[in-house]
Amino acid sequence: MSWEQALLIGVLAGVGTYLVMHRTLTRIILGLGLLGNAVNLLILASGDGPGVTPIIGRDGDFTDPVPQALVLTAIVIGFGVISFLLAMAYRAWTIDGNDEVEDDITDRRLARHEARNAALADDEQEDLA
Amino acid sequence: MSTLLPLVIVVPLMGAALSLLAIRSRAAQRVISVTCAAATAAMSLAILIGVDRNGTEVAAIGDWPPEIAINLVADRFAALMLTISSTMLLAVLLYALGQRTDDERSRWYHPAYMVLMGGVSGAFLAGDLFNLFVWFEVLLIASYVLLTLEGNDGQIRAGTTYVVLNVIESFILVTGVALIFAATGTLNMAVLPERLAELPDGIRLGLNLLLLIAFGLKAAVFPLFSWLPDSYPAAPSPVSAVFAGLLTKVGVYAIIRTQTLLFPDTNRELLLIIAGLTMVIGVLGAIAQSDMKRILSFHIISQIGYMIMGVALGGVAAISATIFYMLHHIPVKTSLFLVEGIVERETGSSTLGRVSGLARRSGPMAALFLIPAFSLAGLPPFSGFLGKTAVVTEGLEQRSWWIVGAALAVSLMTLVSMLKIWVGAFWGAPDPMPADGGHAGILRKHPLMSAVTTSVVTLTLLIAVFAGPLYRFCERAAMDVTDVDAYPSAVLP
Repeated sequence: MSWEQALLIGVLAGVGTYLVMHRTLTRIILGLGLLGNAVNLLILASGDGPGVTPIIGRDGDFTDPVPQALVLTAIVIGFGVISFLLAMAYRAWTIDGNDEVEDDITDRRLARHEARNAALADDEQEDLA
Repeated sequence: MSTLLPLVIVVPLMGAALSLLAIRSRAAQRVISVTCAAATAAMSLAILIGVDRNGTEVAAIGDWPPEIAINLVADRFAALMLTISSTMLLAVLLYALGQRTDDERSRWYHPAYMVLMGGVSGAFLAGDLFNLFVWFEVLLIASYVLLTLEGNDGQIRAGTTYVVLNVIESFILVTGVALIFAATGTLNMAVLPERLAELPDGIRLGLNLLLLIAFGLKAAVFPLFSWLPDSYPAAPSPVSAVFAGLLTKVGVYAIIRTQTLLFPDTNRELLLIIAGLTMVIGVLGAIAQSDMKRILSFHIISQIGYMIMGVALGGVAAISATIFYMLHHIPVKTSLFLVEGIVERETGSSTLGRVSGLARRSGPMAALFLIPAFSLAGLPPFSGFLGKTAVVTEGLEQRSWWIVGAALAVSLMTLVSMLKIWVGAFWGAPDPMPADGGHAGILRKHPLMSAVTTSVVTLTLLIAVFAGPLYRFCERAAMDVTDVDAYPSAVLP
C-alpha cells in the first residue's frame, strides 16, 4: 500500500465516521457511502502494490485478481444497501416531513419521566415559596 | 451427498426468484415458499444424517482444487445448525400463513423470506471468510426488508437503527477480511488456521478483535446489543420470531468458528467478561420492561451470554455444552415469540397492562407459554435446565466461580421476569371480558398458528426427552470443532 492510498482511505473513513454521527438520515447515508468507499479501497490495497498489470493471458507478472473480485462484490452489496437506505429515508420523509433518527422508546419514556419529575419539583418549590 | 450442500442454498433462492415471478398470485407464492422451505428442511436433515455417519462433507464449487475453491463445508456443528434453523424457518412460515394478517399478505414477504432462508443456509456452510460475509449480507438485506415491510412510522424508526448499525458491522467485517487477506494471502477457512498461526501475536490479536466486534454486533453481545431490543419488537410477530430464534445465533455460530478454528484459545478472558456482562445486563433490561416483545427481546441478549460463556471456557466439554445450548435455545425462543404472536393477534396488544387473564380464557395457551418460559429460565425437567447445567458444570470444572455465580443469578432473574409476563398477561380475570364470556378457545380460533406453536413447544420437550443421544451428538460435533486439524484435513485432501 502506498502512502497516498493510506491517506485517502484514512480521510474517507474519517469524514464518513463524522457524518455517520449525525442525526439526519441523509447525512448518515452519505457517511456510509464514504465509509464504504474507504473499505473498498482497503480491499483493493490488500493485494499487490500499485503498478502491476492486470491479469492478461497466462504469462508474466500480473496483479492478484482476488482483491479485484472481492471489491466488485463489495461494491455491488454497498450499492444495494445504500439504495435501500435512501428508500427508507424517503419513506421517513413522507411520513414525518423530516428524516431525523428519533430516540428509541425507552429513551423517550425516560425523557418524559425526567420532565414530569422536574415539573413536580418546580411545583413543590412554588408551594414552599 | 456433497451435491446437497449447494442445493440447500440454491433451492430457497430459486424459491425467491419464482415467487417474484408469481408476484400476482398469493396462492402460488405460498405453495412455492412452503415447498422450497420443506425441501430445504428435508435436505438439511439428510445432510445431518450423512455427516454424522460419514464425517465432514465438502463441496468445492466450480470443481477447483479445494485450497483455491470457494468451498461449502458441512461438519456436524454446521449441519446441526442448518437443520434446526431450516426447520424453524419452515415452522414460522406455516405460522405466518395461519396468521392471515397484512404482513404475510404483502407481495414481498415470500421472496424476502426465501432469500433470508438461503442466506442463513449459506452462512452456516460457508468455508471461505469472504463468502461468509456475502451470506451475512444476503440474510441481512432480506431481514431489512422483512423488518420494514409495512413501512409505518415505528418500523422505519426501528429499521433505521437496525440497518445503519448492521451496515457499519458489515464494514468492520470487510475491513477484517481485507486485512486478513493482506496478512495471509488467503481467505479459505481450511488454509487460514495454519497461515494465521505464523503471524506475530499483535497482528493476530488485531485481526481477531476486528472479527469479534463484527460478529459480536451481529450476536448482540455486551456492549454491542442496544440495537436489538429496539428493532425486533417493531417487526410483525412471525418475523421477530425468526429474528429472535435465528439471526443472533448465526452471529454466535461465526464467533464459535472464529474462536475455535481461526484463532484458537485467544481472548478467552475477554470473552468470559463479555459473557458475564451480556447475561446480567440483558436480564436487568428484561426486568425493567413492561411489553412482552421487549421483555423477550432482552432475554435474547441475556441468553447469548450463556453461549459466549461456553465459547470462552473452551475445550470439548464447554463447546458441546454451547452447541446443546444453541440447539435448545432456538426452538424455545421461537416458540415464546409465537405464543406472543397469538396473544397479540387475539388481544391486539402485547403490553402487559392491556392484556390480562389469558389463562382463564385459554388454559392450553397458558401451558404453551409456560413450558418454554420455564425452559428459558432453566427449570428442570425442561431442556433449558440441561443446557444450563452443562454450561455451569463446565464453569465449576474450570473454577471460574464468578461467572458460575452470575449464570445462576441470571437464571433466577430470568424466572422473575417470565413470571412478570405470567402474572401480567395470563393470571387474573380477563379484562375487558370478551363478549362470549371468554370461553371460546383462543387456540381453536387460530388453528394453524396453534398447531405450529404446539409442534415447536413439543420439539423443545423432545429435546429434553432425547437429551442423552442429542448431547452425545453435540459432543461429537464439539470434537470436530475443537480439534484444530479436523476442519483443514477434512477440506484439503
